[in-house]
Amino acid sequence: MSADVVLASGGLACHLMSGCGFPAPGAEIFQFNALFTFTIGSLTFNVTKITVLTAIAVVLICGFFLYAFRKPKLVPRGAQNVGELGYLFIRDGIAREAIGEEGDKFVPFLFAFFFLIWLLNFWSIVPFAQIPVTSIFAIPVAFALIVYVTWVPLGIYKQGFGGFFKNMMFPPGVPKAMYILLAPIELISNILVRPFTHSVRLFANMFAGHLLIASFSVAAFYLISASVVGLLGAVASFAVAVALTGFEVLIQALQAYIFTLLAAVYISGALSAEH
Amino acid sequence: MIHVLAAAATAVRAAGEQQMPSVLAVPVDELVVGIIAFLVVFGVLGKLALPGIKKTLAERTESIEGGLAAADVAQAEAQQLLDEYKAALASAREEAAAIRTQAQADRAAIIEEARSEARTAAAAVTAAAEAQLAADRSQATSALTRQVGEIAVDLASKVVGQSLTDDARVRATVDAFIADLEGQAAR
Repeated sequence: MSADVVLASGGLACHLMSGCGFPAPGAEIFQFNALFTFTIGSLTFNVTKITVLTAIAVVLICGFFLYAFRKPKLVPRGAQNVGELGYLFIRDGIAREAIGEEGDKFVPFLFAFFFLIWLLNFWSIVPFAQIPVTSIFAIPVAFALIVYVTWVPLGIYKQGFGGFFKNMMFPPGVPKAMYILLAPIELISNILVRPFTHSVRLFANMFAGHLLIASFSVAAFYLISASVVGLLGAVASFAVAVALTGFEVLIQALQAYIFTLLAAVYISGALSAEH
Repeated sequence: MIHVLAAAATAVRAAGEQQMPSVLAVPVDELVVGIIAFLVVFGVLGKLALPGIKKTLAERTESIEGGLAAADVAQAEAQQLLDEYKAALASAREEAAAIRTQAQADRAAIIEEARSEARTAAAAVTAAAEAQLAADRSQATSALTRQVGEIAVDLASKVVGQSLTDDARVRATVDAFIADLEGQAAR
């Protein structure tokens, strides 16, 4: 069963006093039926609500920034002001902060990540969309993969193959004997664990946030019944769902920022040996 | 109705659970959608939107720095003008002081001149008055002398005309004459 089916199946008729158990939302609220499918080569694409929301986000971001920066003026007006705010946030707050002077080259890369992830997260609280696209694990994995295949080759290119792994596994300022322990840990943590944590951090935050909002919303609906306890519980659940929605707004921006900042930090480490 | 719906929901849920993929599954098509989404945003913004704003921001920095330089030049100019103005003011003050000193000297000279002129004029007036006095006095003296002569003749004729025995009358005539004389002198 998928999220669309839950909505369509009449599960919403289930209330406290109707002899119906609490229909706790589970993994099924992250599953969506294909609206249609098409095949390219051996790969079949299921076009779902997730695909559509992603496409709309791409169009909105490209559209807004193309409009805001269509004829950039020395004295900014209207949308250009807002766009510049975003640009300067990425350039000064992330690229120059984490990478330094060389960071300017990576601004478009980080810019695209931040705003795409932010908007995909933001779908969580948009009526009718109401699903953070980044809570679908494949999406953060795709993004982390792009970051991974950027900074690893970049590091090998900048520091040489041997230098890249040597700088990673043998950080200076550590007693020689410690390298027996440290070298494998550094290798595993940077090469294997890093892309995994990078994607899971974003995915798990958005997944958990959405599940919480969904649980309290379902609870509010389920508790509506002809009893004082039920009504009080419904009101309380609704209030919590509203508060969580507000909290999610913060989390959405924060997780987009963290993902982008980490990408910048990885690139910075690849450009020059850390430590 | 409700029971039918609930039963339907349960049936659907049971059917779904058997083929429910894990939330940690990574279907290749969703992975490709994510990669394409990023590449489109990165490509479009990186090629079309961001180079323009980068250039504009650089130009703005430049123009602000250029503006600051121009302001420095303008300030230097203003400082120079101020210095010139102050110098001009100082020289004007000096000139004014010189003029004042000159004026004071001139005033003293003019006063001195006027005073000497006045003194000369006063002396001239005094001299003229004295000359007039002298002339008046000589005129009065000559007139008096003439009158005294006439009076003496008059008196003598009167004395001769009178009886010489009457001493008291002669004495009275002489007294009257002298009194008359004195009255004329006093006049």
